[in-house]
Amino acid sequence: MAGNAWRSTVSRVVGAMKSQASHPRTFSRGLQTVTLIPGDGIGPEISTAVMKIFEAAKAPIQWEERNVTAIKGPGGKWMIPTEAKDSMDKSKIGLKGPLKTPIAAGHPSMNLLLRKTFDLYANVRPCVSIEGYKTPYTDVDLVTIRENTEGEYSGIEHVIVDGVVQSIKLITEEASQRIAEYAFEYARNNQRASVTAVHKANIMRMSDGLFLRKCREVAENFKDIKFTEMYLDTVCLNMVQDPTQFDVLVMPNLYGDILSDLCAGLIGGLGVTPSGNIGANGVAIFESVHGTAPDIAGKDLANPTALLLSAVMMLRHMGLHGQAKKIETACFDTIRDKKVLTKDLGGNSKCSEFTGEICRRVQDME
Amino acid sequence: MAASSAALSLPKVFRPVLGLGRSGNPAKVWAAAASCRREKSTFVPPPAKYGGRHTVTLIPGDGIGPELLNHVRELFRFSCVPVDFEVVNVNSSVATEDDIHNAITAIRRNGVALKGNIETNHNMPPSHKSRNNLLRTSLDLFANMMHCQSLPGVQTRHKNIDIIIIRENTEGEYSSLEHESVSGVVESLKIITRYNSLRIADYAFRLAREKGRRRVTAVHKANIMKLADGLFLQCCKEVASGYPDIQFDSMIVDNTTMQLVSKPHQFDVMVMPNLYGNVVSNVCAGLVGGPGLVPGANYGTNYAVFETATRNTGKSIADKNIANPTAMLLASCLMLDHLRLHDYANMIRGAVLTTMNETRLHTADIGGQGTTSEVVQSVMKNIQSGGPLTTEQI
Repeated sequence: MAGNAWRSTVSRVVGAMKSQASHPRTFSRGLQTVTLIPGDGIGPEISTAVMKIFEAAKAPIQWEERNVTAIKGPGGKWMIPTEAKDSMDKSKIGLKGPLKTPIAAGHPSMNLLLRKTFDLYANVRPCVSIEGYKTPYTDVDLVTIRENTEGEYSGIEHVIVDGVVQSIKLITEEASQRIAEYAFEYARNNQRASVTAVHKANIMRMSDGLFLRKCREVAENFKDIKFTEMYLDTVCLNMVQDPTQFDVLVMPNLYGDILSDLCAGLIGGLGVTPSGNIGANGVAIFESVHGTAPDIAGKDLANPTALLLSAVMMLRHMGLHGQAKKIETACFDTIRDKKVLTKDLGGNSKCSEFTGEICRRVQDME
Repeated sequence: MAASSAALSLPKVFRPVLGLGRSGNPAKVWAAAASCRREKSTFVPPPAKYGGRHTVTLIPGDGIGPELLNHVRELFRFSCVPVDFEVVNVNSSVATEDDIHNAITAIRRNGVALKGNIETNHNMPPSHKSRNNLLRTSLDLFANMMHCQSLPGVQTRHKNIDIIIIRENTEGEYSSLEHESVSGVVESLKIITRYNSLRIADYAFRLAREKGRRRVTAVHKANIMKLADGLFLQCCKEVASGYPDIQFDSMIVDNTTMQLVSKPHQFDVMVMPNLYGNVVSNVCAGLVGGPGLVPGANYGTNYAVFETATRNTGKSIADKNIANPTAMLLASCLMLDHLRLHDYANMIRGAVLTTMNETRLHTADIGGQGTTSEVVQSVMKNIQSGGPLTTEQI
């Protein structure tokens, strides 16, 4: 346990030095603009909480709040408002709260729209056990990297004859190459030892076979990182028995969806899991993946941990490792202490109290 | 294609049976047809023609399959079980499909089979299909049933799990229909048909009723795959309306896996298409202690094939005498139950469970130090002390 914590600390510190080199923009001087999308339901309150904590930590972030709703652009295509798009194109970094997907609204889900607009091809979810939030699984420390644009979620379905439906799973060489390259880059930048490709090539020989081939090709250029391949069912089987054997996992869309939620369940659920979406052209949007929780919206009961940890992930992506560590430690210490916890974490404090406690700890660390 | 011709021939199958017009509700039509043929979900086993002894096809497979099935044979011989095995070897490394077709013919003849997993080399070209998949689709073994129960003697993170997983076994993502339309772009087809979805849902509900279970949960991803999983879900709902005593709900697959690792006790019976079945059954097997403990059964209208639930080849532990024989032994008990040899099934099952829970002789995969042969010896000893007749003294 201590060994793992030490390893992650070392990896983050060393990663800091490495990724300073890989980011040409220096964020250490001046304020960095981040597009903030509060979202719906509990979105606004948790976004406020995160902004307060960042202020207490004196993080050099300037927030630009934007709302995203689907609007019909010229040509009848659904798109996000231009102010939101322009802001994101300029700042390249975004933090997003939960967005509700209205049923039968006539337009695709907002998350899908954002994904298409910025070509967010990689979904990264680091799952680390939170000391203090007890689950049956301890010592989880893995990262799931999921291809986010194609695969089983291409949305291409047809009714062949009445009673027979076909759904098409699309795997392309380009997308597989891109995600594999991202996975290995991530592993290298974050001092991860191995990358495992998850597939079902025994059954889906051509599609997963192509994905696997691309992963193998990219692995050739990253000889310092161990590359293994494993069947999806074996990964699931081993994951629930011994999650410590996994490091970085890369996979197509559907398997990624299932596995990333499985891993989130191992560490305590979507309320404490951070997530980041990496797009082409250097855009990165970090988000909390839980729902909008309309039943507790506006009642100061929400848990901002997921959005906070995503924001910490964002700081690391920008190279601000010191700030990230400070805020993360404050958050974990608060949870470990168990004195001020929101209802879903087992306590009965309010969101503002939880936020205040973290702010206090952050300021104490100065 | 095969799927569409099956769907088109459906009305032809039902009309002569029931004299219904085209307006019959498909789910009720299916249920009525099914009940005409049999009352329970277990099928009439093939009769024991040769001197009261059954003949069962045995496919050793690869990896740990051969050694575990040898232990099964040894145990059956020891316990005087009236079952003879017809061994059909399937060589997974050759490109021709003759071996697997021989096996399929043998199963058609005998009606029942016990098999180990046949390895699929995924680096072979797409023309080399998975032998296991070929077997399942040729024999139309549409239902894969897996009963996950926590064993008190095995240390796991979650206790007292009791979930039945019913997985559609022939279509879905495992249709093996793939093509490369443009270089670098591969399409894989997932086929969902009304016929198979109704069939598996009906199987699930009937099994739930038979076993006295309260709730059936359908696992799907219909929010994304609206037509395919939407059809599956709709079929489940239609069948559910015919079983008002059983509660029906549905859950999205990613939420399901999350709930399984945090609160597995909320699940009772689960029914789902092929790929989700693969994921969920492996997660549940991991929750109760691993691949060496859970047996699986594949049922079709006329045939039944029994194997371990998670279908692992176990190449790395083959021939080292460390594999866990429990799953294969319990699978053979399921087979004996299918052949209506309940006394023998209960005797062997009781002996295996005694070894697991009381004697606590465990193999390495569940944290013990026993070897495969030691576990089998212990099972035989338990049978001898409790059973009526054995061939030798241990």
